[in-house]
Amino acid sequence: MSAQSPGSREPQLANYDRDFLLKLYAQILLIRRFEEQVKFLFLEGTMPGTIHQCHGQEATAVGVCTALNKDDFITSTFRGHGHALAKGLTPREMLDELFGAATGCCKGKGGSMHMGNMEKGMIPGIAIVAGGIPLAAGMALAFKMRKTSQVVACFFGDGAVAEGAFHEGLNMAAIWNLPVLFVCENNLYGASTRIDKVMKNIKISDRAAGYGFRGETVDGNDLLAVYEAARRAVGECRAGHGPVLLELLTYRRTGHSRRDACHYQSRDERDAWFSNDPIERFVQTLLTRSDIAQIDLDRVEAQVDHEVSDAVQQARRAPQPATNDLLRDVYA
Amino acid sequence: MKRQGIAESLRDAIAEEMERDSTVFCIGEDIAVPGGWGGAFTVTLGLEDRFPDRMINTPIAELGFFGVAIGAALMGMRPIVDVQYGDFLFLASDQIVNNAAKMRYMSGGDCKVPLVVRVPVGATGRGSQHAQNMERYFIGVPGLKAVAVSNAYDAKGILKSAVRDDNPVMIFEHKLLYGSKGARAESGAVDATSDIPEEEFTVPLDKAVIRREGSDVTILSWLLMAHFSMFAAKTLAGDSIHAEVIDVRSLSPIDYETIGPSVQKTGHVVIVEEGPKTGGVSAEIAAGLLERFGEYLQAPILRVASPDVPVPFSPVLENAYRPDSRRIAEAVRGLLS
Ligand SMILES: Cc1ncc(C[n+]2csc(CCOP(=O)(O)OP(=O)(O)O)c2C)c(N)n1
Ligand SMILES: [Mg+2]
Repeated sequence: MSAQSPGSREPQLANYDRDFLLKLYAQILLIRRFEEQVKFLFLEGTMPGTIHQCHGQEATAVGVCTALNKDDFITSTFRGHGHALAKGLTPREMLDELFGAATGCCKGKGGSMHMGNMEKGMIPGIAIVAGGIPLAAGMALAFKMRKTSQVVACFFGDGAVAEGAFHEGLNMAAIWNLPVLFVCENNLYGASTRIDKVMKNIKISDRAAGYGFRGETVDGNDLLAVYEAARRAVGECRAGHGPVLLELLTYRRTGHSRRDACHYQSRDERDAWFSNDPIERFVQTLLTRSDIAQIDLDRVEAQVDHEVSDAVQQARRAPQPATNDLLRDVYA
Repeated sequence: MKRQGIAESLRDAIAEEMERDSTVFCIGEDIAVPGGWGGAFTVTLGLEDRFPDRMINTPIAELGFFGVAIGAALMGMRPIVDVQYGDFLFLASDQIVNNAAKMRYMSGGDCKVPLVVRVPVGATGRGSQHAQNMERYFIGVPGLKAVAVSNAYDAKGILKSAVRDDNPVMIFEHKLLYGSKGARAESGAVDATSDIPEEEFTVPLDKAVIRREGSDVTILSWLLMAHFSMFAAKTLAGDSIHAEVIDVRSLSPIDYETIGPSVQKTGHVVIVEEGPKTGGVSAEIAAGLLERFGEYLQAPILRVASPDVPVPFSPVLENAYRPDSRRIAEAVRGLLS
């Protein structure tokens, strides 16, 4: 994918392929635009349910998923729109799902918190905090037993670290050297509770040492840094040296879920993180390249906007499930 | 043909399924330890010699290894999970109820979870926390199937069907039925051996079975109570009371097709359950029968169950807790008098 030569830990921007970088830009922007549209539709009152959005955290999803192959798998959480888009689900199948339509990726039975698509390498999102962590270990166990070279990237938040499932899942992945990339998106808050209120050592990557594997803290708003770290970790997992814990430092720019005004976040903290936006930072980086100009980015942006608004138009008209679908898909 | 107990027939079934299908594997605590126990009840004893890479011994982490099993099932494996004592399912219940049972539905049929969970249950002199009849907690969870095995033939055939089923199946096994002789003999164990044919067979997951025919009353029970009901029926026959005994076997779904005609015939029903009366499986069966066959009932449905208390330790108290054939026979006489 990238033209980056293997082995070098400090990537030079110049070493990246231009098209690769523009593709990353399209992806990270797609997530932002998708989330903005969803928020609008939600506030407009046309979209049912609740939403947990990822504005401000887009680099984690794109950086990690770009380091994966199509047949690698991810597990996600209630805050999974970005992960799903980065793993290749289309805005169309996702928006249809958000509208509860029969044409959604889960036929309207999953909704915002349970989006997935097995063919694209994403099991349904797990909305129980940390619930996906043991699952990811088991998926990786299956890959190891069958001797495939697939890996699993398991996304979870800082809140999950306090759950027993985190401990049990990481420990089993460790003792069996499973090919799992544990990706902790540390956005400093679990719902309204700040991390330092519920954790004595807030450097989450330190936990890996307790289980006997490697952990690393990365600037989660630096897309290329996330990508490089994920690429190294995925390589280790494929070589049989997994698991790896990546802690990606980031910040949620939006409420925890619908209609959360975030009064528990200080103004200073918000200001600091708002000026550390992953997309703005990536744009600045891209524009230092002599072969990428604002007009190239504008072109990407126009495409992304078109794709999202097109999907919204379609989703508004997408067919609702028949009520007798209620009884289908309980058993295989 | 050979005579086997439940522990042995389950072991053979697991080995045959692992031989047949390389995606089948076992996972749980204290399995596959050389010189070890083969799980808490010897069921997987020695299988590690034949399948060294497919017997996964886990840390003591029920939530975690159930999640691991479900994750592997999602990726196309067919895990058989051993939970040592059914009581520990409470630690794993998030993974079972929120993930295994719902994954298919919430994905709109995109994925499947072919999982077998083996659950030893029953009061056996171990006090309150190694004793509960766990089936009640899972029969009302859509997406799960639940079966209870009361003899070695069923155990073998049902385990095979469960492994081949594409859904999560919970098999409830009774600790007093694994074997009444040798290493597995517990105090109070009951003979649940069967003649096991050499040739391959399966037993369906969704079928009750009539163990004894009779015209006066239908006794419905499962696991250890299926045996006690048979003892009671024998006693009652001495008083010219002809009880039909049905081993309910499939607890979710309940097989009303088999049970219904018996109720129509006898007009009298006694349901026997080990476990507290309130909120038990028998409550569900009673309601289901009333809805479907109420007009055939000549008397109210009677439940014989444990009182609403935790399982006690003292053998005297435990025997008072667990329904026995005398209480079953008394209930039938009371119903018919
Ligand atoms: C087991 C469980 N407990 C509580 C909740 C309610 N809940 C949903 S999200 C959330 C906070 C999670 O925080 P974190 O893991 O940091 O993820 P983030 O929201 O920051 O992405 C809570 C408490 C839940 N979904 N599951
Ligand atoms: Mg958080």
